[in-house]
Amino acid sequence: MIEISNLHKELGLQKVLTGINLKVDNGSTCVIIGRSGCGKSVLLKHIVGILKADKGKVVVDGQEVGSLNEMHMDALRLKMGLVFQGGALFDSMTVGENVGFGLIEHDHLSQKDLLERIEESLSMVGLHGICNLSPSELSGGMRKRVALARAICIKPQIILYDEPTTGVDPITADSINDLIINMANKLKVTSIVVTHDMRSAYKVADKIAMLYQGKIIEEGTADEIKGSKNPVVHQFINGLALGPITETLDHYK
Amino acid sequence: MMFNNFFITLGSRVIYFMYFLGGVANLTFQTIYLSFKPPYRKDRIFEQAKKAGFDSLPIVSLIALFIGFIFALQTAYFMQRIGSELYIASLVALSIVRELGPVITALVVAGRVGASITAELGSMQVTEQIDALEALATNPIKYLVVPRFIALSLMVPLLTIYADFVGILGSYVICVFRLGISSGMYIRVTAEALYYKDLFTGLAKTVSFGMIIAIVSCYEGFNVKGGAEGVGRATTRCVVFSFIMIIIADCLFTALFYFIFP
Ligand SMILES: Nc1ncnc2c1ncn2[C@@H]1O[C@H](COP(=O)(O)OP(=O)(O)OP(=O)(O)O)[C@@H](O)[C@H]1O
Ligand SMILES: [Mg+2]
Repeated sequence: MIEISNLHKELGLQKVLTGINLKVDNGSTCVIIGRSGCGKSVLLKHIVGILKADKGKVVVDGQEVGSLNEMHMDALRLKMGLVFQGGALFDSMTVGENVGFGLIEHDHLSQKDLLERIEESLSMVGLHGICNLSPSELSGGMRKRVALARAICIKPQIILYDEPTTGVDPITADSINDLIINMANKLKVTSIVVTHDMRSAYKVADKIAMLYQGKIIEEGTADEIKGSKNPVVHQFINGLALGPITETLDHYK
Repeated sequence: MMFNNFFITLGSRVIYFMYFLGGVANLTFQTIYLSFKPPYRKDRIFEQAKKAGFDSLPIVSLIALFIGFIFALQTAYFMQRIGSELYIASLVALSIVRELGPVITALVVAGRVGASITAELGSMQVTEQIDALEALATNPIKYLVVPRFIALSLMVPLLTIYADFVGILGSYVICVFRLGISSGMYIRVTAEALYYKDLFTGLAKTVSFGMIIAIVSCYEGFNVKGGAEGVGRATTRCVVFSFIMIIIADCLFTALFYFIFP
């Protein structure tokens, strides 16, 4: 279970998060939507403890991220997999070493088991026989999927996906959606999915939460969100150029 | 108004430098602490040692050899005037072993290895690879800084010994083949001029030069902001700050040793 309460974060001179409250139950999938630059990636980084909250806290499985010592924090991090928006693959390593990184560093598997796990994770994202390539030899979409494979390779109980379907073709995107659903149904993985892709959001979500101006302004099931009376949510999910979100922008100009 | 700006600029520079010193000190302590904490990754240290040490041999050889040539010729100019060419050997040996070898080697390594470390870690930082290490429960300081720190603190002294040798060889070539000093004589005078303490004081400081290069380059790499341009700026700063700190450390050590071993 992930519980975020009253989370504040300022980056540079900008107040990015101003009091986030969100609860994600074990085994459920929460989709976070919101405009580009509203702080979704920043929020995910707080959950794995890469960024430290200015105020408020994040509690994962009863443990408060940020107050743990390094050993416990590492143990907690091994239960979570974060798929970075840009992939963040280690470019000094091969694809195989990237995917197996967590296992190589933390588990003492035999070479054979290790290769098996790497192959298994790669085939789950629909990639084969690219273990010895370097990340720079991959296409953008392939890189994204390798990043996904790296996150699932350590068999985490919680997976945080940062825009997993952006930049891949629609067929692959749908198979990634199926992967997310499968991970949740079969392995009881708790997931948070950040996405702009509303089709994917409706498909995978148990719950959708909208982040706007540093706060969660609305949360609910896909149907509740579709029928939301909130004009901001309405504008966003229907992708309208005119509405309250863009009006405030004009207001600032 | 201009006056005002001057103080604002000066003030912000001073504050920035204080931040830098604080950050560097912090990184140094963490690195030393983590160096002693298992697991030890010998393969990663070895890889860095090869990059920093072995791959620097050509450039260090070239520069040390030419410094030897030049130094012998320059001293010869004066020594010939007072008819004591023989002492070129001792003068060159002492200057190279005590001062030129260590400093030139450190500066070459700072420019060649330090800059590449900053560029590498800097691009890892801007592409979130450092965050990814943390997310995979791996301490970036342990994983990236410690191997470089240990490798450089070992390799800079070793390279210095090598540079000392090549520099003296360069001077030997000039003296024996151009100035007609006999080979046996040159070697004897060199050996007589050098005491163990010269070698020791020369090498002791190079360990700290290696540490400075590793810490400054990693610090700058970790603190890159703003994409490719930021990486470029950090690389420049890494070289500049390494040079400054190496020269300051050199001055401190030289003064210290001068009073401890008169
Ligand atoms: N390291 C940083 N330093 C300063 N500001 C930052 C930093 N990281 C993010 N920000 C700011 O925080 C805000 C939120 O960034 P974030 O990356 O979380 O956006 P996002 O919601 O993930 O957008 P996108 O959908 O485009 O990925 C942005 O306005 C950005 O300028
Ligand atoms: Mg983002």
